[in-house]
Amino acid sequence: MPSVASKQYSDDVSLLVLLLDTNPLFWSNTSITFSQFLSHVLAFLNAVLGLNQLNQVVVIATGYSSCDYIYDSSLTSNHGNFESRGTGMPPLFASLLKKLEDFVTKDEELSREEGHEDRTPSCLLSGSLSMALCYIQRVFRSGHLHPQPRILCLQGSPDGPEQYVAVMNSIFSAQRLMVPIDSCYIGVQNSAFLQQASYITGGVHHTPKQLDGLFQYLTTIFATDLHSRGFVQLPKPIGVDFRASCFCHKKTIDMGYICSVCLSIFCEHHKKCSTCGSVFGQSKLDEASSVSDKKRKAPHT
Amino acid sequence: MSNQRKRLTGEREDEDDEDAEGIGEWERAYVDDRSWEELQEDESGLLRPIDNSAIYHAQYRRRLRMLSAAAAGTRIQKGLIRYLYIVIDFSRAAAEMDFRPSRIAVMAKHVEAFIREFFDQNPLSQIGLVSIKNGVAHTLTDLGGSPETHIKALMGKLEALGDSSLQNALELVNEHLSQVPSYGHREVLILYSALCTCDPGDIMETIQKCKKSKLRCSVIGLSAEMFICKHLCQETGGLYSVAVDEVHLKDLLLEHAPPPPAIAEFAIANLIKMGFPQRAAEGSMAICSCHKEVKIGAGYMCPRCKARVCDLPTECTICGLTLVSSPHLARSYHHLFPIAPFDEVPAFSSLNDSRRTLGKSCFGCQQSLIGTGNKPGQCVTCRKCKHYFCLDCDIYIHESLHNCPGCESIHRPKSVSLMEE
Repeated sequence: MPSVASKQYSDDVSLLVLLLDTNPLFWSNTSITFSQFLSHVLAFLNAVLGLNQLNQVVVIATGYSSCDYIYDSSLTSNHGNFESRGTGMPPLFASLLKKLEDFVTKDEELSREEGHEDRTPSCLLSGSLSMALCYIQRVFRSGHLHPQPRILCLQGSPDGPEQYVAVMNSIFSAQRLMVPIDSCYIGVQNSAFLQQASYITGGVHHTPKQLDGLFQYLTTIFATDLHSRGFVQLPKPIGVDFRASCFCHKKTIDMGYICSVCLSIFCEHHKKCSTCGSVFGQSKLDEASSVSDKKRKAPHT
Repeated sequence: MSNQRKRLTGEREDEDDEDAEGIGEWERAYVDDRSWEELQEDESGLLRPIDNSAIYHAQYRRRLRMLSAAAAGTRIQKGLIRYLYIVIDFSRAAAEMDFRPSRIAVMAKHVEAFIREFFDQNPLSQIGLVSIKNGVAHTLTDLGGSPETHIKALMGKLEALGDSSLQNALELVNEHLSQVPSYGHREVLILYSALCTCDPGDIMETIQKCKKSKLRCSVIGLSAEMFICKHLCQETGGLYSVAVDEVHLKDLLLEHAPPPPAIAEFAIANLIKMGFPQRAAEGSMAICSCHKEVKIGAGYMCPRCKARVCDLPTECTICGLTLVSSPHLARSYHHLFPIAPFDEVPAFSSLNDSRRTLGKSCFGCQQSLIGTGNKPGQCVTCRKCKHYFCLDCDIYIHESLHNCPGCESIHRPKSVSLMEE
C-alpha cells in the first residue's frame, strides 16, 4: 500500500532548502555586489517554483553571528498586498526581502555586541545546516506524500575550522536521511567542507568562474530535481582530499598516529595524548594511581 | 479460529466462495490484520485509537531520564575501537515459530540491520560471527570491517539443528579475541534462544577465564530469563535482556550499536599508526590487492607500500597498515562530544513573557508549539542557548544529528578549540 501511494505523487516534486550566505565580512569585497547576487538568486527561486506547481522553497540565511528562516513558499501569509519596492523585484518575494533586511540588521547588531576579537571570517554553516535538516525531518514526518528534499548551499565565506565536528555531524545525518547537499561556492579559496558535504551525500559541487552569469550556473546545474539528475550531465566530483590534518601542526598528513581513546591525530609518536591525557602503553590501573586529575571513568563492576 | 476452519471445511461442498483452505475471502483479510487490537478504552469507557506518537514521546523522555540519571553529568569514556563477536544460537530452539515467520528469520534480519548500524557508528571497529549448532560452535566469519562479507555469510546458512552449548561458544570467542591488539575493547553479543546449555566442562571456569581476559559479554535472550546468562553478564560487566516481541528484539539489538562506557582497566591506551590514502588518479590502472584483478580508476593507494585498495576503511593486505579517511574518524566524534539533553518545559508555568520574545514556534523546524485548543503544547529547551524545540526535533537532534541548531547558530569565540567543549 505505501509504495503505491508514493508513486501517485509525481516523482519530480522537490523541496529546495537554500542556505544563503549573508556574511558582511565576505560581501564587503567581492566582484559582484550583494544586490546583484540577490537578483540572480531570486530569479533562480522563481525558476524552481515555476518548474512544478507543487515545488517548495525554503530560504535560511547564514549570517556571521546568527542564522534564521527567511522565506517559506508553503506559508500562505506570503501572498499578501505588499507594495512593490520599485527596483524591479517580483512582488512574490517582497516578504523575503523584508525579512532578509531585518535579519541582516539584527546580525550586525549581534556582531557588534560580541566585539571584534580575532576570529575567522566564516559564516555559521553548521547552524543553518542543522536547521535545514530539522525542517526536512519535519517534512518527512508529515506522511507519505511529500516532495523530495535537497539542500543548496550558496556560500562565499571560507571554512571555520571550529565548526568541523558540527558540520561533519550534519553531513552524516543528511547522508542517513538520503538528502543531497549541493554546494555553489562563490568565494576565493576552496571550501573543503562543502566539497566533502557534496561528495559524501551525493550532491553536486561547483565553483562558478564568472559571477555575472551566476543565474545561468544556478538554473542549469542546481535547478534539476533528483529524479531528473539521472538524465542530465552534471559536473563530476574532482578528487576530494580526505586526508586528515594533525592536531599539533595542522598540516595534512599521509600517515599518522591515532590515540585509541579520543581519536586525536598526531604526526609523531608522543608519550602522552595532549587531548585526553592518556599515557600510552601503560595500563589504566598504573595510570590512575600516578596522576590525580583525570576524567572520571566508568566504575569497574 | 481453527474450529471455525474445521466447520467451514465440513460445509465446503455447499459454499461457493471459499478456497481450498476453507477460509472465506472476507476472513483472509483479517488473518494478519488485527485492527481491533489498536483500540483502547479511556477513563469514561469510550473507545479511542492508541495515540502512537504520544507513547513514542513518553518512552523517549523516560529513557532519557534514566540515562541522564546514570551519567550524572560527567563525561564517561567510551570504548571506540571495538572488536565484537556476535554469537547466534542455531540450536533447535531457534526453529520455534513464536516470532513470525520463525526465530531464525527474525534474528537474521535484525542482525543484518545491526551490522550495518554498527559499522555506521563505529567505523574503526570489527565484527566476527559465530554460530552454535549441534552443540558445537563454528566460526562463520573472522574479524573484519566489511559489512557485506558478514551479511553474505550469515544469510548463507540459516538452519536450526541440535543442542546449544554456551561454553563452547565462549571458549571459541575467547581464543579468537586473545589475538586482538591491547587497545581494542573486546566484546561478545550472544543471541540465545535455547533454555538450557549442554557443556563439556565447567562453564563457571570458562566465565572466570573470560572475566580475566577482559571480555565484556552481553546476552539477548529470545525465550526466557536464565540464571547462567545473567551470571555471565554480571561477572563480565555486560547487559542481559530478554526480548518480548520482534520490535523489542530490534530495539535491544540496536542498543548495542553505540559504544558502551569503557571499563577503565580494560583497554590500554595506545598510539595506532594509520594511513590516510589519497584517491588514485582517474584512468590509472593497477592490480587491486583485495580482489587480485586489474582495476581502472577509482581506488586508493596505501601511503606506505603503494598497494591499491578498493574501499575504506580496511587493512592493507601487503603491509598491514590500517587505512582510513578523515570522515571515518569524524563519525565517532559525536560519541566524544555528546550534547546535553534538553530540559522539559512545564506546561502551565508563566512562560508567556519568554515565549513572546522567542516566538511560538520550534527553532529547528518552525512548527507551531501551540497545541490543540490554544494550550501550549509540549516542548523542550536547550540549557545553553535557551531556544525552544518541539519533541520530534528533540528526538531527531539527540539520536541522529548530535548538534543543537541553537548552539550552532551562535558564534563562539575562536579561542575555544573544539576539544575544550
